[in-house]
Amino acid sequence: MAGLLLILKRDLSLAMRQGVDSMMVVMFFVLACVLFPFGVGPEPNILARIAAGVIWVAALLASMLSMERLFQTDYEDGSLELLTLSSLPLELVVMAKVAAHWLTTGLPLIIATPLLAILMNLDPQGFWILILALALGTPTLSLVGAVGAALILGSRRGGVLLSLLILPLYIPVLIFGVSAVDAAVGGYPVQAQLLVLGGIFLGALPLCPWAGGAALRQALE
Amino acid sequence: MAVFSGETLLCIRGERTVFADLDFRLESGGALVLVGPNGSGKSSLLRVMAGLLRAADGALSWDGEPVADDPEGHAGRLHYVGHLDAVKPVMSVFENLVFWARLRGGTAGAEDRVAQALATLGIGHLLDVPGRYLSAGQKRRVNLARVLAAPAPLWLLDEPTTALDRDAIQAIEATIAHHRQGGGMVVISTHADMDLPAADVLDLARFTRRPRSVFQGQEDEDMDDEDPDDADMPAREAG
Repeated sequence: MAGLLLILKRDLSLAMRQGVDSMMVVMFFVLACVLFPFGVGPEPNILARIAAGVIWVAALLASMLSMERLFQTDYEDGSLELLTLSSLPLELVVMAKVAAHWLTTGLPLIIATPLLAILMNLDPQGFWILILALALGTPTLSLVGAVGAALILGSRRGGVLLSLLILPLYIPVLIFGVSAVDAAVGGYPVQAQLLVLGGIFLGALPLCPWAGGAALRQALE
Repeated sequence: MAVFSGETLLCIRGERTVFADLDFRLESGGALVLVGPNGSGKSSLLRVMAGLLRAADGALSWDGEPVADDPEGHAGRLHYVGHLDAVKPVMSVFENLVFWARLRGGTAGAEDRVAQALATLGIGHLLDVPGRYLSAGQKRRVNLARVLAAPAPLWLLDEPTTALDRDAIQAIEATIAHHRQGGGMVVISTHADMDLPAADVLDLARFTRRPRSVFQGQEDEDMDDEDPDDADMPAREAG
């Protein structure tokens, strides 16, 4: 456990010093959403109708954009080998890196969401549900993305491969994330959708570090 | 007294047999020097010993216990120095090392251990320098200081003298001698002449198979390997 916190602290301080990465992800998220009013026209009703979907899709893409670097730098400079040999189970190493990734990208995305909700004319009834759904869904995105990031280690053009690998796996989170907001806007109960999002997260929590650890071992051989 | 040994190790990289039937034995205070031409499997053997690479056959054991039963415990008693120095460019030398010292040797006294390790290798003055300003030789020394900053009985050093000057090599020879006096073991691959008294030498060229030629086919290689599937083949064809 102490080792997990050490790695988390190290990754956070590395991310702080290379703050550009986090900023770029948030900028991408905002810009991608801003494009939609230009594309579909500034009709408030249309924007309100697609707001939740657009914000979710932009969050998926932004999260994936930063995923490629998750293990890459440690792999290239030899740190990953040493982390494997740290007597800490590799699954916990993955868990620590995922936690750091979520804190430096997932959390900033959630913080930027209110701005986009106003821009997209999201119904106020759906606002808090959107934040809650993102809070439950983005950790799953980081967890699933970590498996992909571990699998593409050492391959060239990893970024494109990564999106092909993990975007399909993001679909369940997208479906329930958007439908929770739609239900809230329509005045229906949202408990079921949020429970499913939470369930997916709880399932991914043990499975993804395990799969990611196996992929890392393979990459280092 | 600890014993680290390997029996009938077989290493295959990309369908090429790097070495086969390799045995070694190392006791507390011992040193094993790996020699052999480029590509003879020195790095592969060190990675097998570290557990980073799985041997296709054979087993490693520590005090008679198979290493495969407890890979994390094995990782905890070794230090591996590979070709890459694992120095983060945006962190200072001190921050880089304190992280590894805490991760491997516990948080208590990690700062002192790092300062002492840096002084031993003659780079105490680099404490606050960010990793990106280090030369290749300085990075190598930082990587070796990482080994000193957290005690572990087994050191696996893959060409540790690369990019180092004469003084640094002498400092490493002295630290290795000190480590061995304290009951530690060292496995080292090197092309430089290092002064390692009473070290065993393992020449990997002896275990290297003749490269499999496309035209020669399989003849003697398969005979030694005794692959049960291959042995069955003629019978199946006959039937």
